[in-house]
Amino acid sequence: MQVLSYLIPISLILGAVGLVGFIYTVRSNQYDDPEGDSRRILSDEWDDHPKP
Amino acid sequence: MGGETPSIAVCPGCVGLSDTVVEPDMKDAQIALSLPTIHCQGCISAVERGLNAHPGVRNARVNLTLKRAMIEAEPGLGAGDLIPVLEGLGFEAHELDSGALSVTGTDKAGRELLMRLAVAGFAMMNVMLLSVSVWAGATDATRDLFHWISAAIAIPAIGFSAQPFFRNAWAALSVRRLNMDVPITLAIVLALITSLWETSLSGEHAYFDAALALTFFLLAGRYLDFRTRAIARSAASELAALEVPRAIRVRDAEEQEVAVAELAIGDLVLVRPGGRMPVDGEIVTGCSELDRSLLTGETLPLFAEPGLAVSAGEVNLTGPLTIRATAVGQDTSLHRMADLVAIAESGRSRYTSLADRAARLYAPGVHILSAFSFLGWLVWTGDMRVALNIAAAVLIITCPCALGLAVPAVTTAASGRLFRRGMLIKHATALERLAEVDTVVFDKTGTLTVGVPELTNMDGFSPDELSIARALAQGSSHPLAVSLGKALNVEMAEVSEIKEKPGFGIEGLCLGVRVRLGRASWVGAEQGEETATWLRVGDEVAKAFYFSDALRPGASEVVEALKQAGKKVLLLSGDTKGAVGAMAVRLGIEDWQAGALPEDKVARIAALAGQGHKVLMVGDGLNDTGALTSAHVSISPASALDAARVASDIVLLGQDLAPIADACDIAVRATLRIRENFSIATVYNLIAVPLAVAGLATPLIAALAMSASSITVSLNALRLR
Repeated sequence: MQVLSYLIPISLILGAVGLVGFIYTVRSNQYDDPEGDSRRILSDEWDDHPKP
Repeated sequence: MGGETPSIAVCPGCVGLSDTVVEPDMKDAQIALSLPTIHCQGCISAVERGLNAHPGVRNARVNLTLKRAMIEAEPGLGAGDLIPVLEGLGFEAHELDSGALSVTGTDKAGRELLMRLAVAGFAMMNVMLLSVSVWAGATDATRDLFHWISAAIAIPAIGFSAQPFFRNAWAALSVRRLNMDVPITLAIVLALITSLWETSLSGEHAYFDAALALTFFLLAGRYLDFRTRAIARSAASELAALEVPRAIRVRDAEEQEVAVAELAIGDLVLVRPGGRMPVDGEIVTGCSELDRSLLTGETLPLFAEPGLAVSAGEVNLTGPLTIRATAVGQDTSLHRMADLVAIAESGRSRYTSLADRAARLYAPGVHILSAFSFLGWLVWTGDMRVALNIAAAVLIITCPCALGLAVPAVTTAASGRLFRRGMLIKHATALERLAEVDTVVFDKTGTLTVGVPELTNMDGFSPDELSIARALAQGSSHPLAVSLGKALNVEMAEVSEIKEKPGFGIEGLCLGVRVRLGRASWVGAEQGEETATWLRVGDEVAKAFYFSDALRPGASEVVEALKQAGKKVLLLSGDTKGAVGAMAVRLGIEDWQAGALPEDKVARIAALAGQGHKVLMVGDGLNDTGALTSAHVSISPASALDAARVASDIVLLGQDLAPIADACDIAVRATLRIRENFSIATVYNLIAVPLAVAGLATPLIAALAMSASSITVSLNALRLR
């Protein structure tokens, strides 16, 4: 049962990393236009150089 | 607004069409446009490229999900400048009120809900992992350890995530009422307390996972509900106020721009061509024609000369008019129309949504059941711990997880689908009410028709006459002339000295012969029932160009589809008998009424409702607002006036009417899904509740019942997409 003492913290930390990542995406407005964003990657407009 | 703003910044091409003049705001350079027809990546690129290329635009970004473009522009640039650009690219565009669009408030609430959902989800997953090992047979110290870790995760997570439920429950209880949130809160709190108690006594069953799962699923329902409503709310306010609350007052031969509210009876007001009458009054000077279609539904422009009484809301077409105000503010005919709406509103039957009806049955039932099982077990065993445990299990299992998801999941799916079709649901229960509709009442002008005249006869004219007509039509912004100019695709004749005589027509000289295009009386012809403009070359007999109001795309399809679906279709219009009759025949509507006053429309709808019909009203004008409000459910196009859009439950974003028939169909299916979802939730409860009352429910059974019912309900709702 020794294994539990580090497996449980690891699972909690991994979960927390996911949570923090999600909060980051919410804060940076990544859910404002899901449909548009999924289409924008098909545009070849800024393929050669990034949008200024 | 100060004197430094340029007075009117509208391109000359729009003068005849736009009835409102949007003044550029020096501070606010944010422009928002609704683009109902965009649908793909190509549209995004085209719109953004087109807008960014326009001088004065700093940055334009399209939001495809909301079908909307946000534009940062230099001061002085208005939506009126950009809409023609987009129309040139082939996209329909409507201005949105960007002030009302500053959705920071709703945005924040939505984000907060999403955070709570994420925290609940994270905590649920972790606790579930621990619970699985407990269910798998962990015992003694290991089980206690897992329970304690679960408690350490669950208590703060619930303290943060479940706040909305606690708050709502408190709000309901403090006014001595029960709502869905009361059993939810009770279940969550009781589950936590009994589980903590059990854990401290090294007990076998702890419901931390169930309490978290409950919070998570219910928050998911809340979030869906919130999103649908937020989109509807922002769209309702975004389509807000475009009418210009300003007027030009003439005092001592000096023109001064003032707010309409400052006008007094007896003031002289100048109304430019294309402008709307700000007050009721009498014409003092000037000759012109008036478009009264929004007030009365008449399509035929009315000749205006000094002495004629005008009403607020009418549009001046050709020449500048000076009017003397006879009624201002609350006394204008426009406001009397608004009163009619208020009366209709108070008479509107109160509709109880399916969710409310379910909650009304459900909330007391849960409490009674759980209280009885608590008392029963207390009496039977005399053991407080067992009784409390069972009461908690009953509450958790009966808790309306699936019920909380049943309605929002369906309405989200349905309104998403309708939104893609170009319809916006403004009211929460509009879908349910739409599903019950068996009679559809249409308005004519501006609803079934676009409100733009269309030339119908070109055969009776010689090529010379057509080219003269086109040359003359070019010189006016009168709607008939504009439409004539567009329809005639011929070489323009050489016409010199073109002069517009406001209220009468246009005249000029062609090869030394006087040519005139205008009203019947002016060229010596007889005015008939139909909308027409007359051409007279020299002393020849005048010939008429006839116009009919162009049908909106999808109008005949929608009437056909509604009739196919077994619904009764009516046409109520304020226009003349000839025009309405012709339209009714063209669309195959048997039941029609012409010359209907706003009061008549309300009365007719009330009569239909009295016969037990559920009426859907589709209309756009001020004369329809009363009818829109008194109908069971109502739809108005985006081009409608504010008042009409506010009064209606659903707004049609595009030009096309065809989605109305689909909407009825989708609404029926959505309501069916909601009922199915209620049945599914009930079945799960019927199976699990006896187990819980009998004391056989373990945390595993609770978790299974809850997750399974929530997932089935969501999947059932998704079938609608």
